Amino acid sequence: MCLAIPGKIVALDPRNEGSAIVDVLGTRRTIDLGLLQDDRPAGGDWVLIHVGFAMSKISEIDALEQLRLLEMLGESEAALQEVRGYGLDSTKDADSVE
Amino acid sequence: MKYVDEFRKPELIRKAAAEIRRLCDPKRYYRLMEVCGGHTHAIYRFGLKDVLPANIDLIHGPGCPVCVLPMGRVDDGLSIAASEANLIFAAFGDMMRIPGTRGSPLEHKARGMDVRIVYSPADAIKLAKANPQKHVMFFAIGFETTAPSTALTLVRAKAEKLRNFSVFCNHVTIIPAIRAILDSPDMRLDGFIGPGHVSTVIGCRPYEWIAKNEGKPIVVSGFEPLDLLQSIVMLLSQLQRKEAKVENQYTRVVPWEGNRAALRAMAEVFELRPYFEWRGLGFISQSALRIKPSYAEWDAEQRFHVPGIRVTDPKAAQCGEVLKGVLTPAQCKLFGKECTPETPVGALMVSSEGSCAAYYNYEHRKNSELTSLSLPA
Repeated sequence: MCLAIPGKIVALDPRNEGSAIVDVLGTRRTIDLGLLQDDRPAGGDWVLIHVGFAMSKISEIDALEQLRLLEMLGESEAALQEVRGYGLDSTKDADSVE
Repeated sequence: MKYVDEFRKPELIRKAAAEIRRLCDPKRYYRLMEVCGGHTHAIYRFGLKDVLPANIDLIHGPGCPVCVLPMGRVDDGLSIAASEANLIFAAFGDMMRIPGTRGSPLEHKARGMDVRIVYSPADAIKLAKANPQKHVMFFAIGFETTAPSTALTLVRAKAEKLRNFSVFCNHVTIIPAIRAILDSPDMRLDGFIGPGHVSTVIGCRPYEWIAKNEGKPIVVSGFEPLDLLQSIVMLLSQLQRKEAKVENQYTRVVPWEGNRAALRAMAEVFELRPYFEWRGLGFISQSALRIKPSYAEWDAEQRFHVPGIRVTDPKAAQCGEVLKGVLTPAQCKLFGKECTPETPVGALMVSSEGSCAAYYNYEHRKNSELTSLSLPA
């Protein structure tokens, strides 16, 4: 719950403009962009995700370092488990949405 | 400190450590509080205390939402779920092992309660839509890092007129907890390492009173070893110059003004409770959020009967003293005896980010392993 998980925006969700598909260490999931409506990210941007909601945009260098930090803290598996658990997609299979 | 060379910019880490030794006055003692549980976890995990001079003490603050949640609120949430037919109790995974008087949510699940883990409050809405014949109650916890997501979820539920969904709100705010610690008569802190991700939302202005009125420096910090060491350098140089101001070390993530969209969502949905109980700190006025009357239909406390259970912490547990830095975790009478991560008695042992659990897992186990190794076979 307290983890800040970096994800790269693969695509904005065509069915729902308030959400996007992100890639976190190879896992693709839909996240909510509602808390970034003042500074909307685009495809290719990196964001920090808290409980399924993008909370801030970050640079790629900082995102990769954050992933490394999660690994060193022994939290990358917990982060992946959290991301895999996001069921925010409007279809069942987020991986098929590009 | 382990593996300095594995981190980003090891030469800067060594430089920051040297700068800390230069700024540190050997004739005095420094007590710096890291407010956030994530910082506590990082400090132990990276062995940062090993590079700090012995007269700098890091005090672990109240920023672990699982730890500070009173057992009575867990009991209240579970009691609603037990007395309502067809209710799904949904909560983050972190909540599942939190002990209530009659067991944790997980133990209630084993006894037949419909308890589900969700990883996002928005998933609780999805659960409600998938189960139209049932009611989904989301047990919300967390500081300002998770509160905006709950708020936006409630905005969506209202817009969609979703009738079978509600939130049992336990969100708390960090500033009043810092105030309670500063107001305590046995307070002896010299400065604060400010929380990173809470500040992404609230920004840095809400800390200004700590510097202006209380004369204590505060530096909002990131979570990498270099971030934490640089923040300590910034605190020590303020203390050396006898200054007290708010500084932001974590500028790559934290904007000075915070996240306005997140603050708007919170203002739309939440209002301050007159008071709320914190484990280890007692009742603190205006320290928690409740759902506004305009969202009453989605407020579990308005929809259902809440028993208002109160469970006082065992008197022997000295969580309050540890939180204020009067005692170290190991100085509490129960530490490592009655109170362990497996059988937590006090608040700070409950979650792995609680200061006693972190201390137990890294320092205590390390020390007892060393002791057992040195014993003759």
